[in-house]
Amino acid sequence: MSLLNIGRFRTWALAPFLVGLIGLCMLPFFVRAYLVEVVMMYFIYIILAQSYRLIVTVHDWQLYHVVLYGVGAYTSGMLAKNFGIPVFAAIPIGGAMASLVGVAITTPLLRTKGWGFYIATYGLAELIRLSWLKFRNPFGGSTGIIDIPWPPVIAGIDFSEGIPYYFFSLGVMLAVLYLLYRIEKSHIGDSFKAISMDPELAASTGINIPRHRLLASAIGGFFAGIAGGLLVHRLGAVDPKLFNLVTMLYLLIWVVVGGTNTFWGPIIGVSVMHTLFELSRPLIEIRPLFFGLSMIFALIFMPGGIEGLISKAVARWQRRADMTTAETY
Amino acid sequence: MSSQLLIQTIANAIAASGMLALIAVGLTLAFGVMQMANLAHGHFFMAGAYTVYALYALGGWPFWWAVAAAVGVGAVIGLAVERGIFRPLQGDVVSGFIATAGLMFVFEVLVGEIWGWGYMRTVPSPYMRAYKFMGAAVAFQRVIVIPFAIVSIGGLMFFMRRFRLGRALRAVAQDPEAAALQGININRMTALAMAIAGAYAGLAGGLMSTIYAVTPSLGGHIILPALIAVVVGGMGSIGGATLAAIIFGFVVTFVTTLVDGVAAVMVSVSVMALVLAIRPQGLMGRVIA
Repeated sequence: MSLLNIGRFRTWALAPFLVGLIGLCMLPFFVRAYLVEVVMMYFIYIILAQSYRLIVTVHDWQLYHVVLYGVGAYTSGMLAKNFGIPVFAAIPIGGAMASLVGVAITTPLLRTKGWGFYIATYGLAELIRLSWLKFRNPFGGSTGIIDIPWPPVIAGIDFSEGIPYYFFSLGVMLAVLYLLYRIEKSHIGDSFKAISMDPELAASTGINIPRHRLLASAIGGFFAGIAGGLLVHRLGAVDPKLFNLVTMLYLLIWVVVGGTNTFWGPIIGVSVMHTLFELSRPLIEIRPLFFGLSMIFALIFMPGGIEGLISKAVARWQRRADMTTAETY
Repeated sequence: MSSQLLIQTIANAIAASGMLALIAVGLTLAFGVMQMANLAHGHFFMAGAYTVYALYALGGWPFWWAVAAAVGVGAVIGLAVERGIFRPLQGDVVSGFIATAGLMFVFEVLVGEIWGWGYMRTVPSPYMRAYKFMGAAVAFQRVIVIPFAIVSIGGLMFFMRRFRLGRALRAVAQDPEAAALQGININRMTALAMAIAGAYAGLAGGLMSTIYAVTPSLGGHIILPALIAVVVGGMGSIGGATLAAIIFGFVVTFVTTLVDGVAAVMVSVSVMALVLAIRPQGLMGRVIA
């Protein structure tokens, strides 16, 4: 059964996942409306972090991902507002646009290596973001775009309400996670991993590295754009400040602290770090200090992130279990 | 553009080039020696600016003593970052890069908490004189950075070629393993490179503190042009970084004067993308196999 094929995890590992899902489905009926909005942001951020991880698996730690998220938001918002395109059609078009922009940014930089690549991606991201700031006419300058249409009423369900939109974004998140998971387990995902482990060896086995890097940025960019579309039709407004370097740093923090070795890392990262972020609202001024330190700490002392720690603990626990079984004989 | 404004802008561009070169040269030196680099380098510059603010504007020290202290503060921060972040992460380019991104947050909050958020700290200029030149007035304070940039970058190049220690730095940059086999202590060399990088950024920050509004976000504003200069010049190339700093000093100043600051960043980033598409290793970078 391929749907439940989750690698070395046993089927019982699905239990917490199902419990979590049922919990998420019941949550909006028991909590305040504000909390529903907060949890919705987790869904959007998980899509963003997970799509970034796909690009990271080819080792392209680019710094434009948040700007692609913005491209999705701007495209979807402007299409719905200025051209009257239905919201649910505008969101995937925004994703496609973000995908195109991602490929367009990566293409000229394919031959630039290492640190030069990261800086250049940051520079080009700023170029796009500043063009939103600079060209007031379509993009609205520093105040951005307001009065972006809410999602419509479909089959008697008003998607501009909190709870329907909550379930809509939950569904989109699950679909995106499923697709990304399938990609990870496919031969394309294997090629991505081979490239990150040893590019020269990968190339010698016939993997076309530039093409796979572009493919990764196209797929990752598409889902980042989807996340942007989800965001903009809930906020009803968008401005360039949402997509600056600080947001990019928070994305890096989620991914790095969570861990990038397995699929679950970014989900854990967003869940833990964004919860801390929400809880630390009273300490808003010194909050970045804590997050910066936690990123440095994670990189130096737990290179696999929280996910790496959990895997290690599980491995140790299993070894000990095996040893006790061995001793009884 | 009147000739008066033209001369004024050229003088400003030369000063901006000198400041950018001081920052970019340290960044590229550290990169060359460690193969790792520092997103928080702009915050070293900010630390220099705040040192002069604290000692000269608040503490009443003589201006030049405060600048000397800024150089020292920059060097100490450079050493601390090498010891605390780069050495434990040795060789891991991605992690070093992301960790210094986290360091940007740390510096910004520390400075904001100590000296206050959202205040523009102005440092009074110790030299109010201006050169009169063909009808244009060029402030002494603004061009003071130029001789410092020439002397310190020229001195660094001389040091790298003629002194044993400088040659050791170059050896580590070319091939760390071979350098270690010759008995060069690599950790000491990376510490030296970071200290020089910090000191140069501190010097630039100290000298330019009277020109810029000193705020906690100063480091974030200054870092992008410096990074662009390093990448365009060729990673690890001091000559390349200086050349690119001069180019971008002019580009940024002229576009800022004619259009505005946002357009200046957009133009410089486009120039960078163009250069990298044609020469991925940068203007004077070596091709790394």
